[in-house]
Amino acid sequence: MKILLMLSVVPDTTSKINFTDNDTRFDKTGIQFVINPHDEFGLTKAMQIKEKTGAELHVVHVGVQANESVIRKTLAIGADKAFRIDADPKDSYFTAAQLAEFIKDKDYDLIIAGRESIDYNGGMVPGIVSALTGIKFVNAVIGMELNGNNVTLDREIEGGKETLQTTLPLIIGGQKGLVREEELRIPNMRGIMMARKKPLEVLPAVDAPLTTEYVKFEKPPAKSAVKLIDKDNLDELIDLLHNEAKVI
Amino acid sequence: MSILIYASHQNGKPDKTAKELASYAKAMSEKTGGEVIALGFGLTAPEALYAYGVNKVLNVDDQRFGVFNAKAYAETFRQAVEKTGAKYILTGQNSDGLYFSSLLAGMLQAAYVTQVISLPENTEPFTVRRKAFSNKAIASVTLKTDIKILNIAKNSFGLLENPADGTSETFRPEISAEVFEEIKSLKVEKATGKVPLSDAEIVVSAGRGLKGPENWGMVEELAEVLGAATACSKPVADMGWRPHTEHVGQTGKQVAPNLYIAIGISGAIQHLAGVNSSKNILVINTDPEAPFFKAADYGVVGDAFEVVPELIKKLKEFKASH
Ligand SMILES: Cc1cc2nc3c(=O)[nH]c(=O)nc-3n(C[C@H](O)[C@H](O)[C@H](O)COP(=O)(O)OP(=O)(O)OC[C@H]3O[C@@H](n4cnc5c(N)ncnc54)[C@H](O)[C@@H]3O)c2cc1C
Ligand SMILES: Nc1ncnc2c1ncn2[C@@H]1O[C@H](COP(=O)(O)O)[C@@H](O)[C@H]1O
Repeated sequence: MKILLMLSVVPDTTSKINFTDNDTRFDKTGIQFVINPHDEFGLTKAMQIKEKTGAELHVVHVGVQANESVIRKTLAIGADKAFRIDADPKDSYFTAAQLAEFIKDKDYDLIIAGRESIDYNGGMVPGIVSALTGIKFVNAVIGMELNGNNVTLDREIEGGKETLQTTLPLIIGGQKGLVREEELRIPNMRGIMMARKKPLEVLPAVDAPLTTEYVKFEKPPAKSAVKLIDKDNLDELIDLLHNEAKVI
Repeated sequence: MSILIYASHQNGKPDKTAKELASYAKAMSEKTGGEVIALGFGLTAPEALYAYGVNKVLNVDDQRFGVFNAKAYAETFRQAVEKTGAKYILTGQNSDGLYFSSLLAGMLQAAYVTQVISLPENTEPFTVRRKAFSNKAIASVTLKTDIKILNIAKNSFGLLENPADGTSETFRPEISAEVFEEIKSLKVEKATGKVPLSDAEIVVSAGRGLKGPENWGMVEELAEVLGAATACSKPVADMGWRPHTEHVGQTGKQVAPNLYIAIGISGAIQHLAGVNSSKNILVINTDPEAPFFKAADYGVVGDAFEVVPELIKKLKEFKASH
């Protein structure tokens, strides 16, 4: 069995966000990049399957060279081989087209992606890859059981979940729930040493259209100061919620 | 230049997301021209959409679509685009809408943008504003393909009645049986009798400050008095105090209700990422330095175990007299 993790590399969740070039580009200065949290759940799930079935685990990332340290982290956690497609992933369609081209002549049984990247919050790439490759896709996966070629999945829906049945090959958009929080892996010393010797292949990008373009960024308007209400005067709070906020 | 919207529904009646998309589409059509066409699966009350400006409803009246199937829905939209010549497709920020829209974007090789929060700033080039970096930024983005897909963020536009003379017709897409076979729905489990978190006008949320799951009675009671949904912070879900479906934030659900009440939640940046689009935020916390107060509209510094029961009592009196 062969598993592929599609890895998105994002600013650490606590990053302060700034812009440069006249507010047309995200400013990477001083930003620490990490494995996209949704992909972290996917990576752990992939490792669990690998340990159970002896599957081979590859990682692919479309991105710049600076992200290789984050790719190495997935190797340190236990992936066997990584690929970086050398391009700036600034458009989801473009990125998906790179990944689809990469997947096309391989024979991955299971392709694990995340529900969304927490930087641009797109939630777009895995579905587009599915449409371009014809490989089935289930999104927002919060649980998955493999049984030979059969797969049972739980997908998060409004107010609950849906259980689905399908077969490999398959692409999933995973998220929290796929594994338990305490199962998440962090690299250990031995893993880090081993990762240095594992292959990280760099591939050129293929031609693909840029369907969107970011033209400007701004920060959301600042909140005005909070109105503090004395805990012994909750009538005032109710009055504000009723007459000012008009929410009750 | 028609605009095609996804009319999600509950028991055949267009839901709030569908009405918000219709409102948005109608306002957008004043800039782009063209009709507003709604496509739904098993709608029994299409006329509810005319009130929001929908000119035409295409209704797929076929048992096989009764259970959501992303590929079948995407393929139906593709065929509807072919039939109507629609140039814009609008879907809503719910699990089904996000799921099939990405497939559709791939099928049509169309520019697709999620998290859209306002009407197009420009139609030439076509530019919209969207949230990015977990609500820490707003980006203007241009869509450069002939057909464009927009996923509109929840509660970002609101409902705007604008009646149109609408008509409804049955739409019969051709979908191979295989599509319904390759991914099969076994069962759907939904919490019944509770206000669903994603559509709630008011959300009552609590965090680790509540000390333990046994103390959630007052949270549920407050939610009940307000007709609100309940939510929680991540550690609360991780410790199993509350179900994962209630976890909001960067790695949980995003919500944007009219009122978000945060009880005993510190307001970590990852939590705020999922809730700071709420129209109003009320924070109840013992610590006046809790970061959540900086993101709040209203705040009560105090012990939840005193403030919440008192608030419930006062709200009950208020409700009784209004
Ligand atoms: C990658 C990553 C992703 C994350 N994603 C999310 C996410 O999606 N959602 C999320 O919520 N968190 C997320 N977190 C965790 C986040 O950083 C915080 O740890 C978490 O939100 C804290 O939860 P809390 O506010 O309930 O608990 P605490 O931080 O422990 O806060 C408890 C609060 O309760 C107050 N309090 C105590 N007693 C009382 C009382 N009697 N009455 C009133 N107030 C009281 C305290 O003053 C304190 O402010 C993420 C973290 C990481 C690293
Ligand atoms: N540059 C990328 N390289 C590889 N995979 C990616 C990339 N961007 C996104 N993905 C995958 O697609 C998922 C959803 O990302 P997005 O559509 O960007 O929100 C991520 O969790 C990854 O699994």
